[in-house]
Amino acid sequence: MKIHEYQGKKLFADFGVTVLSSRVARTAAEAAEAFRALGGSIAVVKSQIHAGGRGKGTFKENPQQRGVQLVKSADEAATAAGNMLGKTLVTIQTGAEGKLVNQVLVEAGCDIARELYLGIVLDRAAKRPVLMCSQEGGVDIEKVAHETPEKIFKEHFDPAQGLESYQVRKLCKRLGIEGKSVLVADKFMRAICRLFVQLDCSLLEINPLVVTKAGELVALDSKITFDDNASFRHKDLAELRDLSEEEESEVRASNAGLSYVKLDGNIGCLVNGAGLAMSTMDIIKLHGGEPANFLDVGGGANADQVTEAFRIILSDPHVKAVLVNIFGGIMKCTTIAEAIVTAAKTVGFKVPLVVRLEGTQVEEGRKILANSGINIIAATDLTDAAKKAVAAI
Amino acid sequence: MSILVNNETKVICQGITGSVGAFHTRGCKEYGTKMVGGVTPGKGGQTAEGLPVFDTVEEARAATGCNATMIFVPPPFAADAILEAVDAGIELVVAITEGVPALDMVRVDDRVKRSRSILVGPNCPGVITPGQCKIGIMPGYIHQPGKVGIMSRSGTLTYEAVWQTSNLGLGQSSCVGLGGDPIVGTSFIDCLKWFQDDPQTEAILMIGEIGGSAEEEAAAFAREYVTKPIAGFIAGSAAPPGKRMGHAGAIISGGKGTAAEKQAAFRAAGIEVALSPADMGSAIKRAIDARR
Repeated sequence: MKIHEYQGKKLFADFGVTVLSSRVARTAAEAAEAFRALGGSIAVVKSQIHAGGRGKGTFKENPQQRGVQLVKSADEAATAAGNMLGKTLVTIQTGAEGKLVNQVLVEAGCDIARELYLGIVLDRAAKRPVLMCSQEGGVDIEKVAHETPEKIFKEHFDPAQGLESYQVRKLCKRLGIEGKSVLVADKFMRAICRLFVQLDCSLLEINPLVVTKAGELVALDSKITFDDNASFRHKDLAELRDLSEEEESEVRASNAGLSYVKLDGNIGCLVNGAGLAMSTMDIIKLHGGEPANFLDVGGGANADQVTEAFRIILSDPHVKAVLVNIFGGIMKCTTIAEAIVTAAKTVGFKVPLVVRLEGTQVEEGRKILANSGINIIAATDLTDAAKKAVAAI
Repeated sequence: MSILVNNETKVICQGITGSVGAFHTRGCKEYGTKMVGGVTPGKGGQTAEGLPVFDTVEEARAATGCNATMIFVPPPFAADAILEAVDAGIELVVAITEGVPALDMVRVDDRVKRSRSILVGPNCPGVITPGQCKIGIMPGYIHQPGKVGIMSRSGTLTYEAVWQTSNLGLGQSSCVGLGGDPIVGTSFIDCLKWFQDDPQTEAILMIGEIGGSAEEEAAAFAREYVTKPIAGFIAGSAAPPGKRMGHAGAIISGGKGTAAEKQAAFRAAGIEVALSPADMGSAIKRAIDARR
């Protein structure tokens, strides 16, 4: 689960990670009020969406307006917020369709001396969380990682112990953080690592991490993704979820216990198992088609879930054919066959349906389909299924 | 011969009294696996699936002499169940549970590393040596004793590969489902070592997926240390970056972990690449025939 910058900064403050004063605004008037309340001579109005690249992003409705803007009066804050709220922001990470801005963060300004980068991820190979820092803050860190990986400094840490002080000193030396700022960094970095562990994050980024002229460290941005597998022990974080940021059909699928990702193609896929579901997309593409989605019904799906899966796939207007690929292990082919029959009755198929069944109770499953009277294109194996689905469009 | 499990492996099931644990204990028993008991805290003294149930793994080990465990404990308690099995000195711990928090696995990995136990999973289909021992949820009948060692990060895709090798008459020596999570106990490299040392295994089929760098690391290892023919497939070449494809581990982030990169690493290591999932069986056959 991803959260907004303003929500992340609230969590930062709770853990003792320094952030600037700020207020959330949902109207232009609120933005003006926020500027006055902050009491400074400058402020920054920042669009709140779950995607990066906001500073360089522009609005569909108003290409002159950027996603982040420096303002010098309450009136300017109101104008900027008015240009952003209810409008669609397009950045390098949103795709061409962009994201609707429902709220802005009005944040106090600060005297920036240097912009650094800080990130924490789980290093799969080392099987440890790793804190990554770079002097190349504020820019596209992925580019830095790709072109000059030696400019990113890494320290792995034990989740139980947290980051050690000597590790902070090592990083400070490399980052050129000196004097009393080293002690500031010690508090800051250890706190951010503690937050990562205690809230079960899978990704945490601060870009830029600012060193002020006074030698303070300040998180100027926040990007947090939580580990969904750990949500059972963080019930309080659930309220931070913003459903408007998520694809409606994906939310519907997750409520039904299905794993669904919407894609741009026109062949709908219904598969059991994540690896086989990915491979089904691959083989469609290999034979000249474009998958409309990734959909894993899981190992133990029942007829209701499979029917809901068909509903979700068929609700996508781009879908011109559906490919069902089941390798029954735990999942019986008869369950799938019965679900197809139910779905045909309740949902109705207006596009060609290609079905490939294999595995547990396959003969019985094929018989159910053959006797159902539903117009089904039967496929014998993976390649045959992909070819028939592509040809059916 | 085979790897990890054979007809002498004695297996318990942690979570045997749950519906899933019971169902698969039955399935393993029917396949011929020597299931010797189960563990569910608070239900010691009962029987389930005709087997004795114990409160702790320590007790189960003392009473049954088990050397492997199959874990179906729900996610919030799965890490604890793995640690209990490791503490009891169980040699092979197979964790089937899906949805274990990643940081729990950091803690578990630390302990497993300092023990004699081998952990497979979590979020995996399990381990099987055809005709001898099945620990997990895979359908037994698609397997056939033979010469190909199969290792995979995915479940049903493994069945597909098994089916293809069975249909080609190659069969399998052993199959290991590594699991789809970012942190799992057993790696491709571990399996490569075991398959290389196993006389029954004549060739190795590696099924990876997008995300992470496990396939690249395995390819580099294979190039140095493995003399047996290898074929590989990477699932997810059609997947867009930044979208998680079902498995927590299957996500392309920062332009890393793409199928194209992994296939290139395979080729550089002399691994025969299957571009289509329908081609996994024939790719391993090509790799074997090329050595003749």
